[in-house]
Amino acid sequence: MQRLAKVVFFGLLVKPLVLIVLGLNVRGRERLPRRGPAVIAANHNSHLDVLVLMSLFPLRQLHRVRPVAAADYFLRNPLISWFSRTCISIIPIDRSGHAEQDALFSDCQQALDQNAILIIFPEGSRGDPEKIGKIRKGIFYLLKERLDTPIVPVVMHGLGRALPRGEALLVPFNCDVVVGEPLPRPESAAQLTRQLGEAFTAQLEQCVTRQEVD
Amino acid sequence: MFDLPAHSAYAMAAVLGLLVIASFIRLVLRKRNPDKDYTELRQRIQSWWWMVGVLFVVLAANKNLAIAFFGFLSFLALKEFLSILSVRQADRRAVFWAYVAIPLQYYWVSIGWYGMFIVFVPVFVFLFLPMRMVLIGETKGFIRSAGTLHWAVMLTVFSISHIAYLLTLPVKNLDAGALGLVLFILFMTQFNDVCQYVWGKMLGRHKIIPKVSPNKTWEGFIGGVGTITLCAGFAAPLLTPLTFNQGLGAGLLIGIGGFIGDVVISSVKRDLQIKDTGTLIPGHGGILDRIDSLLYTAPLFFHYLYYVAY
Repeated sequence: MQRLAKVVFFGLLVKPLVLIVLGLNVRGRERLPRRGPAVIAANHNSHLDVLVLMSLFPLRQLHRVRPVAAADYFLRNPLISWFSRTCISIIPIDRSGHAEQDALFSDCQQALDQNAILIIFPEGSRGDPEKIGKIRKGIFYLLKERLDTPIVPVVMHGLGRALPRGEALLVPFNCDVVVGEPLPRPESAAQLTRQLGEAFTAQLEQCVTRQEVD
Repeated sequence: MFDLPAHSAYAMAAVLGLLVIASFIRLVLRKRNPDKDYTELRQRIQSWWWMVGVLFVVLAANKNLAIAFFGFLSFLALKEFLSILSVRQADRRAVFWAYVAIPLQYYWVSIGWYGMFIVFVPVFVFLFLPMRMVLIGETKGFIRSAGTLHWAVMLTVFSISHIAYLLTLPVKNLDAGALGLVLFILFMTQFNDVCQYVWGKMLGRHKIIPKVSPNKTWEGFIGGVGTITLCAGFAAPLLTPLTFNQGLGAGLLIGIGGFIGDVVISSVKRDLQIKDTGTLIPGHGGILDRIDSLLYTAPLFFHYLYYVAY
């Protein structure tokens, strides 16, 4: 049922929207992981980010793709919560900082055990339009027992113009999606954030929409 | 199935014939040099099949559908253009109104309201968009934003809508129909690109504007313009109301205009330091990479025709 809702939502609404209203310049699509367990680490500027990323996957693979999303935001009322869980199948995560690390990641671990492809935004929030914020260390702690899991960095650019934080009017703009090579196995949290930061910077260079906006 | 005027049907058949030949040549090439990578050539030809296929189906199906198709082309081109330009975050709402201009402009086309079609973008949109930007109130970078936004709308909406208006003009060449004009301008423009490329490859020696486009040469330019002028002279009486001599004039205009449109978009890309404007059409790049010449040839040919034959 959930799988069907997701396929219908993406097949009839999200994919046409992303293809026609937005329009993507995708580079390196062949580097997207085809099977789990894997992690996609992407930059985050817009609610559209997750829809764009998920629309890159064929419908029959979509049920494996699970975005990790802030519980305080996406479970804030029953309607949004139902939508987030059913149509997008998010894995909610507690951003308050009070939870124990093991408990915090237990849902993610379980999904990875079932060969899911997790989408994680390591900046933790959408931040300023078209700017890459500070990369947090959560991915390392999530994966520290399974560091062989491939981490694929993805940079998106332009969505912060199409639908920035705090705006309701979607204005069509093409956006870039650059999929990078999987990162080498990290030894420490600091190393992982550095590698991710370097990958993001290099991939940003390949975006054709990268003209400064302000 | 489709009730096509005879000459337009022949022209379409000829284009499909050329595509068949191109596909055949590619297969021969692959057979002869199995080690060489022809991916880009394959993608280019496949994309041509798609573009020509979609275009012919909408052109043959229905006039209003064809007009809507060119409107959609304007939308894709404007979106691509604004996405590579530096548009301020504050301009989002003005950009929204630029998109709203597209259905309006093509509506004027569909009802054949020539006066409105010809002033709407250069006058009303031109005056309206800066006003919307003033209401948003961000003055830093205002001049550049107002300029680029209007320039983008003129090129992608105003210019391209001239192709659609060809479908609305009263038919004067009954053997070709309104379709003949559209096939003529599209074919001559794209064939001009090919001819300038081929002549340049064969004879090219003297660079014409090395700073913008290092591969463009005088030999390619002159050879291309000459070829198109002659072809247009012969094709014009078949597909348009123009005579042989008037057709030569149209060909000259298309040859030169096509070159200028090409290098204008090249300059934009060079300024932004990008190679292609997008990845929408495999093997070709973005939509602007494909229609760059048309941005100039469509209005030039339209007004030449309008002056000479109407």
